Amino acid sequence: MLMTAHERLAGEIRDLVQKLGRNRSSLVPILQEVQKQHHRIGTYAMQVIADELDIHPVEVQSVVSFYAFLDGKPQGKFVIRLCRTISCDMNGKKRVARQLENDLGITFGETTKDRHFTLEWTNCMGLCDQGPALLVNDRLYTKVTPEKVHEILEECRRTFGVHATERKEAHLA
Amino acid sequence: MTDMTNPDTSRRVPASQQPMTVPAPGNPEAIGAAVSVNIDGLDVKVPLGTTILNAAKQAGIKIPTLCHHPDLCVAGVCRICSVEVEGQRTLQASCSFPVTTPIKVKTHTQKVRQARRHILDLMLSEHCGDCYTCGRNGNCELQTLAKEYGVDSFRFGHVEKPVHEIDRSSYSVVRDNNKCILCRRCVRTCLDLQEVGTIEVLGRSHQSHIGTFLDKPLGDVVCINCGQCINRCPTGALRANDQTDEVWAAIEDPKKHVVIQTAPSPRAAIGECFGMEPGTAMTFELNTALKMAGFDQVFDTNFSADLTILEEGTELLLRLKQALLLREPGAVFPQFTSCSPGWIKYLEHFYPEYIPNLSTAKSPQQMFGAVIKTYYAEKQGIDPKDIVTVALMPCSAKKFECNRPEMADSGHKDVDFGLTTRELAKMISEAGIDLPRLPKSDFDSPFGTPSGSGVIFGATGGVMEAALRTVIELVVGVKVEDLFEHADIKPVRGFEGVRYVELAIPQVGPVPDLLKPLFPSWDFLKGATLKVAIAHGTANAKKVMEDIKAGGQFSKCHFIEFMGCPGGCLGGGGQPIPTTPEIRQARAKAIYAEDSAYEIRKSHENPDVLKLYTEFLTEGPCGHKSHKLLHTDYTPRGKYIE
Amino acid sequence: MSSIQTYTQATPEAGLKRALGMSRPDIIHEMNESGLKGRGGAGFPVGGKWNFAASAKSEKKYIICNADEGEPGTFKDRVVLQEHADLVFEGMTIAAKAVSAKEGIIFLRGEYTDLREHLEATLARRREQKLLGRDILGSGVDFDIRVFIGAGAYICGEETALIECLEGFRGEPRNRPPYPVNTGFNGHPSVVNNVETLASAACIMGKGADWWKTMGTAKSTGMKLFSISGDCAKPGVYEFDLGVTVADILKEVGGEGAKAVQVGGASGRCIPPSEFARSIAYEDIPTGGGSLIVFGQQRDMLDVLENFMDFFGDESCGQCTPCRVGNLKLLEGVKLLRAGKCSMSYLKELCALGETMQIASKCGLGQSSPNAFLSVVTHFRDEIMGRTFSQA
Repeated sequence: MLMTAHERLAGEIRDLVQKLGRNRSSLVPILQEVQKQHHRIGTYAMQVIADELDIHPVEVQSVVSFYAFLDGKPQGKFVIRLCRTISCDMNGKKRVARQLENDLGITFGETTKDRHFTLEWTNCMGLCDQGPALLVNDRLYTKVTPEKVHEILEECRRTFGVHATERKEAHLA
Repeated sequence: MTDMTNPDTSRRVPASQQPMTVPAPGNPEAIGAAVSVNIDGLDVKVPLGTTILNAAKQAGIKIPTLCHHPDLCVAGVCRICSVEVEGQRTLQASCSFPVTTPIKVKTHTQKVRQARRHILDLMLSEHCGDCYTCGRNGNCELQTLAKEYGVDSFRFGHVEKPVHEIDRSSYSVVRDNNKCILCRRCVRTCLDLQEVGTIEVLGRSHQSHIGTFLDKPLGDVVCINCGQCINRCPTGALRANDQTDEVWAAIEDPKKHVVIQTAPSPRAAIGECFGMEPGTAMTFELNTALKMAGFDQVFDTNFSADLTILEEGTELLLRLKQALLLREPGAVFPQFTSCSPGWIKYLEHFYPEYIPNLSTAKSPQQMFGAVIKTYYAEKQGIDPKDIVTVALMPCSAKKFECNRPEMADSGHKDVDFGLTTRELAKMISEAGIDLPRLPKSDFDSPFGTPSGSGVIFGATGGVMEAALRTVIELVVGVKVEDLFEHADIKPVRGFEGVRYVELAIPQVGPVPDLLKPLFPSWDFLKGATLKVAIAHGTANAKKVMEDIKAGGQFSKCHFIEFMGCPGGCLGGGGQPIPTTPEIRQARAKAIYAEDSAYEIRKSHENPDVLKLYTEFLTEGPCGHKSHKLLHTDYTPRGKYIE
Repeated sequence: MSSIQTYTQATPEAGLKRALGMSRPDIIHEMNESGLKGRGGAGFPVGGKWNFAASAKSEKKYIICNADEGEPGTFKDRVVLQEHADLVFEGMTIAAKAVSAKEGIIFLRGEYTDLREHLEATLARRREQKLLGRDILGSGVDFDIRVFIGAGAYICGEETALIECLEGFRGEPRNRPPYPVNTGFNGHPSVVNNVETLASAACIMGKGADWWKTMGTAKSTGMKLFSISGDCAKPGVYEFDLGVTVADILKEVGGEGAKAVQVGGASGRCIPPSEFARSIAYEDIPTGGGSLIVFGQQRDMLDVLENFMDFFGDESCGQCTPCRVGNLKLLEGVKLLRAGKCSMSYLKELCALGETMQIASKCGLGQSSPNAFLSVVTHFRDEIMGRTFSQA
């Protein structure tokens, strides 16, 4: 049976609607789940969700574009968010930021070519006494230093199981 | 107060709500009670829950607004209507603050004036656009406020170069986000009022902008071209496509024979562009103006409106014959009217499975175009490729309609230009013509007989009324005046969003000659009850469609009139700006007054139409030639966006 | 281990057990007597809020815990949720009894998703112990709580924006009135309270309003949690009676000799040393959410200001003109000041704009974002004017 990615995605979304309820107040949890599974909320997903909840696709996109943790653009497997608010700023976030950009070879707002890492700024994460604070997907790191950045990225790569030689090339990208 | 049933509250636009109409908790006896509010020293008693803005209106005090609109739910985002309420540290938006206790309000204190001026300065700091080159010069709410509040410098700077690309992808609506002040009227119109859902606010904070799904060009998303957004935009951020230069070029080309057909709604409203009170019909003065401007012939669209009634009415009778007499399956009910291109596109996107319900009859505009480039061209001995057909319409969707690929049954593009009321007003001004002071003149033959049944097409319920006048006389066999005084079928009139009417057919009369080829007798209709409905605005159309889907009352109707725009064509996307329920009511009054004054008030009595059938469409309505020239098919589009 | 004495010393479920045996008016009376005001920053009297919701007639009512702590420099709610989640849920249950609500929602900001497991586990345990669910402790009260995860928007800390998010819309604050206690989640009366407020409410019901009033001042009763960070030796969450002076706090956290202290987060006030003797209370320097950011002598106040205005520029929801464009203009102004290109008259204009924003913006974000701008410009004028070089 030829099951397309679209059909699979539509099936997933229908299951979510079934589980969470066919009303507008399920929208954010549905979007969060799709974001988690697929690292983005694509145009097909938005239209299916709109159809299921009896709203318009542009309304779904309006909500997605409002919230920082929902994205229409494809994101990496690991979304790294560095706090840029004052207390973390005063504790040395600038150096951590530069180190992240160096190690990943991208600037803030971008995703690595191999789609493993996305680098984003974020605002105060409530760890002001332990800054600089870093959020990688749902996991928090505190008192981050430029040295620690390397460890954190390595841990992510290990979780994902990237081959040693692949890793080198990603570094040079 | 509003002229349409409120859309479902579950479809509300976020953060825009009806003002609170229930009293503060703990005081249920007070519902409906009056409360006194003191505004600028003036005491006024208002029902509990009235907004400060409405209370001020009652007291005759003016408070400026921008995002507020009488047709739309409250937004409270521009903050221009801010006022001081005694006891509150912050200013309150009068458009949304409900009065529930006796309060003291001051509308023009120093703080308020400074706030308003700052808000204007902030808007102007991002509003990129030169008034001189803008289509809304002289009719722009931002411009008016800037003048009222003494803007004499750009306190917070001004944008010199446009930041956003102008979206010209649609035949009908042009979007220029450089001029947008984010009042969100367009979003509330499209999402709440019309329930089409083409545009919304995307992004957050100062990245906010009004956009379509995926920020695609308007022509690539689901947009029905109704132009209601244009009518409510306070600035020039939204406008209709302007084709006046091309029309001038045609007029000035000596080889071209330029004919224009004028529709009832523009005629009832164009005076507003020249300072007249809404509801002052300028039908015959307009004829003079058009000739002065250089149009070769001026025709009355009511001719083809009557033609539409005969074609569409016959189609309905044929469906009824198939169902009731021949007992054949496949006769689809209810039949939907098809003269509103906004409605057509709406159905093609959202309910494509109901295309068989649509009447195959073209709109009056398009029928006229086909007739002009065949019958008229033949009669006058003019080569149709030298004829340029212009249609003066209240409608922005007509620009899309005349460009539909199937609209070329004459062998040429049937209608070359759908011109809006606003465009024509511009042309008349450019030609230095003082419309209100012109003498009247008649329409030109062979399409010059004014017709009441055609004129009422401009108002919601008008198509239905014209159709019923014909059915009553041709089928039931009695004079309409015997059943409805002065032939005014009042039950189908009015501004209620959805209306339902039943017409009993206790007896039938003889079949008129025109229809004898198709119907041996009317006996199959004897004892039947004709069930009809009227809906205007696509939100109400949606209500009816959902009811039909669920097998409700409207699924049992035989004929339903759908108009894409609230109020019907008189509220169309090409009409003068602004639009309010009062303005639309005034235009309706003018239209029905025109109808009353005319001699010919029934489509089947229009001599020009009857002549067309004798001389040209000899098989009669729904015959072969009629089908070829005056009927069309539709395109299922669905709502998926690539 | 938690440093919050009051919470650590509270007898678990004492407040709940007592409340379950009291009438609704009596519970509300106790809250009124205590003088407890909202601890999230807005400072609305808790008894008053519960009373409004209790009087509203509706078949459905909601108790919503606002755990969308996003004010820069604030992290106390994280600690309370980590260490005292039971107390927070106890407070919600007491509120539910007081207003007759059956459903509770804890709106947890997306950045705190790592707390979800712990919170769900706590809820599950409370259900087992009949502290949640049907017929709580045999009292006949039904109440349960679910967790909702936010999606990354500071503005959702504003109660109506929070409700908008729950309903599946953009987090844009609503027109008020009506207030959530009248028209809240899905149109039903909803009590939205901060994490700390609920935990403190539980303590008050356990130990009584009189006990609470022994702390703090007459107008600002009780204790408040303070999140302290920045240039100080011992950052962290502290507990102080309201009425404490800035100077005393600095002494406690090892931040003496500070150049300035930001009280109440980015939307609070920048306090210069000349005012360190002032107290933090509703009647003096407003507490806001209780965050204190200490700036050492080495700090450039324009850096600080730019950081704050950047924050607001990013987090503004964008619906109302004064906040959306106003914050942009204030940020541009800060950049001009940095480059030494801001004239005195333009600065005056921006200050006037700030004052307009404080009264014309639709919600608290736009109303308080100019606070930082105005207080830095007032207290550190010499430092920010006449810069001769721009700093990277």
